[in-house]
Amino acid sequence: MNAAATLVRAPALLAVTRARARVEFLVFIREWISVVFTFIFPVLLLIILGSIFHGQRLPGDVDLAQYFVAGMIGAGLFGVSFQNVAIAIPIERDIGTLKRLAGTPMPRSAYFLGKMLMVAFVALAQNVLLLGIGSAFFGLDLPDTVGRWITYLWVIVLGIASCTMLGIAASGFVRNGRTAPAIMSPIAIVLQFISGVYFVFATLPNWMQTVAAIFPLKWIAQGMRSVFLPDGYQAQEPAGSWELDRVALVLAAWCVLAFLVAVRTFRWRARTDD
Amino acid sequence: MSGGPAGDSAIVVSDLRKSYRGRPAVAGIDLVIPRGEVFSLLGPNGAGKTTTVEILEGHRRRDSGDVRVLGVDPALGRAAWKARIGIVLQRSDDLTQAGALTVRDWARAMAACFPNSRDPDEVIELVGLADRRNARAAHLSGGQRRRLDVALGIIGRPELLFLDEPTTGFDPEARRRFWDLIADLARSGTTILLTTHYLEEAEHLADRVAVIVDGRIMEVGPPQTLGGRATAAATVRWLSPDGPRSVQTCTPAALVTDLAARFGQDVPGLAVERPSLEEVYLRMIGAPA
Ligand SMILES: Nc1ncnc2c1ncn2[C@@H]1O[C@H](COP(=O)(O)OP(=O)(O)OP(=O)(O)O)[C@@H](O)[C@H]1O
Ligand SMILES: [Mg+2]
Repeated sequence: MNAAATLVRAPALLAVTRARARVEFLVFIREWISVVFTFIFPVLLLIILGSIFHGQRLPGDVDLAQYFVAGMIGAGLFGVSFQNVAIAIPIERDIGTLKRLAGTPMPRSAYFLGKMLMVAFVALAQNVLLLGIGSAFFGLDLPDTVGRWITYLWVIVLGIASCTMLGIAASGFVRNGRTAPAIMSPIAIVLQFISGVYFVFATLPNWMQTVAAIFPLKWIAQGMRSVFLPDGYQAQEPAGSWELDRVALVLAAWCVLAFLVAVRTFRWRARTDD
Repeated sequence: MSGGPAGDSAIVVSDLRKSYRGRPAVAGIDLVIPRGEVFSLLGPNGAGKTTTVEILEGHRRRDSGDVRVLGVDPALGRAAWKARIGIVLQRSDDLTQAGALTVRDWARAMAACFPNSRDPDEVIELVGLADRRNARAAHLSGGQRRRLDVALGIIGRPELLFLDEPTTGFDPEARRRFWDLIADLARSGTTILLTTHYLEEAEHLADRVAVIVDGRIMEVGPPQTLGGRATAAATVRWLSPDGPRSVQTCTPAALVTDLAARFGQDVPGLAVERPSLEEVYLRMIGAPA
């Protein structure tokens, strides 16, 4: 079979990706459990903790609630990408969704692109909600320069890409769908605690900061702070600056690394089905 | 791409073997299925039917043996090869558990995966689900869900269709409808490999059947002659003036001619019975008849 014939026989990537994204989206919104856990939960947390933190001042003329909203946007992003994908894929593997697809000529990448598009869509909706509530009730300032909006966009795009890829890679290490939530949810919660979402990052023990710096969430939260906090706060960051170049570098590195791992570990069929 | 001696065979298997933790599930199977044939695998639970079929589909690894499906080793089958086959698996938990999608959503999603697929609505119509097209898969009855599964299997216009117990849970009308559908596909040249526990289904649809027991093929042949059915002793029954009579004979035609002469008119209650496929099958798998 030569390459030209292969091209003719495989359905166009764009069309399949669109179809996959549609399926992913329908499944996501019609399964209310996933909506509650990955979508509504961060919004509830924002309202509860935002109300508790509101009025506590941080150095650099920042309200703790403002700091927290920026972090929560990052945490929400991590939830709809990493947590969502790393839990959904092992279940889809168990019930045979992946096996059904593996038996078709669908370009494999269409499945992953479909997941990414779904994550992007959900993240977008969640961001609108978090930004709206944050600016209405917790003193969050929406970005006032084009530069900050651009930073906001690329942090979101790189954040979604790296954390979704990480979720795909992680799914390869989970044996079955029943254990996936029990493994993935604690990972996400621990990362939220050590990455400066619930606590001011600079006040965390050094070793914790070092561990957190390995993972994407710390850098996403930091990127979000650069977008939503006044520039004066920069001096309070451990490095004394937003380190946007490192944010980009670490997130891009995670995209590549997670991709390389996923290529090796991704399985389309359950272990018991070999 | 094809060509060679296997050029007009859809499936060529020689000495296929596969064990699970040292227990053989498939223990040396040889099989040649020509293009356009409807071939049925029969055998008791655990005989190795699904294992065999899923190796041919490229879903499971084999331990040894040579396998060619449409001229390609299924373990290495790529998109261009997969575009030519259709698969209906024995298990389809995804239709129940990811049941948020409707019948139409499923058909559209699967149609998008194939380069030259059928119209989703047409396929839904074919399996008799037109009035349920907007129902969620999870809300379908078991037999309706299985019909959806069959629809998804044929949506890519396969040259070769694998059906692993496709009619489990079908009501009699749905089963007839399915038989007509398979006959239509066969007429248009589709090769079909089907497993089933319904012997009348195999008898109705299959050009040839193979009986598998413990991972080995016991016999292959047309369902009409399997196990020497066509020439085995027949039972002739009729209603004599003294009550019902039955005689076992190897020459039933002669007996019937004789009876016709004796009665001088039609013979009341006349029936000639050969062993049913079920009787032959049960004998073959060693079950007490
Ligand atoms: N994934 C697996 N792991 C371990 N053993 C397996 C696996 N799949 C099948 N087997 C074993 O292999 C043998 C053949 O199983 P298979 O599913 O092929 O049977 P089958 O003929 O399709 O049966 P049925 O009519 O019940 O569908 C059985 O003994 C079964 O227990
Ligand atoms: Mg089976």
